[in-house]
Amino acid sequence: MYKYASPRNFYHLAGRLLPWLTAATVMLLLAGLYLGLFVAPPDYQQGETVRIMFIHVPAAWMSMFVYVLMAGAGAVALVWNIKLAEVFAAACAPVGASFTVLALLTGSLWGKPMWGAWWVWDARLTSELILLFLYIGVMALQASIDDPRRAARAAAILALVGVVNIPIIHFSVEWWNTLHQPASVSKVGTPSIHASILIPLLTMAAAFKAYFFAVVLLRMRPAILEREKHTTWVAETVEESA
Amino acid sequence: MNPHSLARAVLCVFRRDLTVALRRSTDVLTPLIFFAIVVSLFPLGVGPEPAMLRALAPGVLWVAALLAAMLSLNRLFANDHADGTLEQLLLAPHPLTVLVLAKTAAHWVLTGLPLVLLSPLLALQLGLSAEAMGTLVVSLALGTPVLSLIGSVGAALTLGLRGGGVLVSLLVLPLYTPVLIFGASSVTAAVEGLSTEAHLSLLAAFLVLALSLIPWATAAALRVSHD
Repeated sequence: MYKYASPRNFYHLAGRLLPWLTAATVMLLLAGLYLGLFVAPPDYQQGETVRIMFIHVPAAWMSMFVYVLMAGAGAVALVWNIKLAEVFAAACAPVGASFTVLALLTGSLWGKPMWGAWWVWDARLTSELILLFLYIGVMALQASIDDPRRAARAAAILALVGVVNIPIIHFSVEWWNTLHQPASVSKVGTPSIHASILIPLLTMAAAFKAYFFAVVLLRMRPAILEREKHTTWVAETVEESA
Repeated sequence: MNPHSLARAVLCVFRRDLTVALRRSTDVLTPLIFFAIVVSLFPLGVGPEPAMLRALAPGVLWVAALLAAMLSLNRLFANDHADGTLEQLLLAPHPLTVLVLAKTAAHWVLTGLPLVLLSPLLALQLGLSAEAMGTLVVSLALGTPVLSLIGSVGAALTLGLRGGGVLVSLLVLPLYTPVLIFGASSVTAAVEGLSTEAHLSLLAAFLVLALSLIPWATAAALRVSHD
């Protein structure tokens, strides 16, 4: 395990893993989309529009999962000074932000037929929007610091402050929402989800996870090369592939 | 008192920041005037009907206070960074977290406290009732220290960066949302004659949480900025 904490070994490991992750992403995505779009039954109230859920819900899950992962990697980078964790956290931010945008867009598309408006100040949509702002803050901070080590440590501190704040923001938005809007939106489905919906949902969630790790590895590889450009192994690797 | 004790160092930092700021008193006034102008712009934008202004007042006052608090953040560390004072603080034998807390306290006295004191006047302009005015003052008194504390992380992280002023707003404003929500809704509750205890208790809880956690993050951020 420790062997792969060195940038060089990780670079090659990532190169070997990438085709597998890409294949898993494609297969899971195809299976999930087929199950979600053709096999799952339409909702008795929402009709076919309920199928947006198979994109929307996994995207929203990922948006939070990635932020927590990024903050965790930031903590590891701050405490143990591991370069790979810095590279990983930096690679996470744009991917997590795009999941958040996807969740917001699909939420808005879903909202139009359901609530009759493109945007409703629903508690979950609002906290998702604030999460997007948090991601943008981390990315803007990273972008404005030239030294990669300082950028990574500053972003890690911000991500950690953010991760402590996310539950607070979530619950305050929920409180604010119930104060201002009487419950006009009924939740989708009953507490127990039928397997015909749950299976495509979980397949899509797995597809999004595989996609995330594939993209992060893809983003990490050039970042590792750039950081280690003064070492001989990078020179050798680049020469080999040239 | 031992001349090298922590309490003395804290007192020195606090007093020094106040003295330096008061020598340049326009710096202290600018956020206050900004606060007054923003609040006065709202009636011009939405119209002078008293009922509407009263309904908007809690949100307007709180958002304006939030923006004013944010605008003054660059003052927290920037000058000390430029003239090297901050480096001396980093080298001092005392824990940086405590010194940071002293600096943030001074910053609050210079920006948050004047906002709290000015707010009743502006609330009067928007036609807020006397009952709600008391809640406004209490909620701002509890909330603005949290804003200063959260802001100190942002100010420390963006120290010496290009575009620091706009960047700090990007970092800090999303983190301000819980304070805004409970601050403004406490005033709304007071306007509607409801109990404000829950809101104010939560604001106080935020303050305690921020006081105990944020100085660590700010100190770490200052060390990163000075690597």
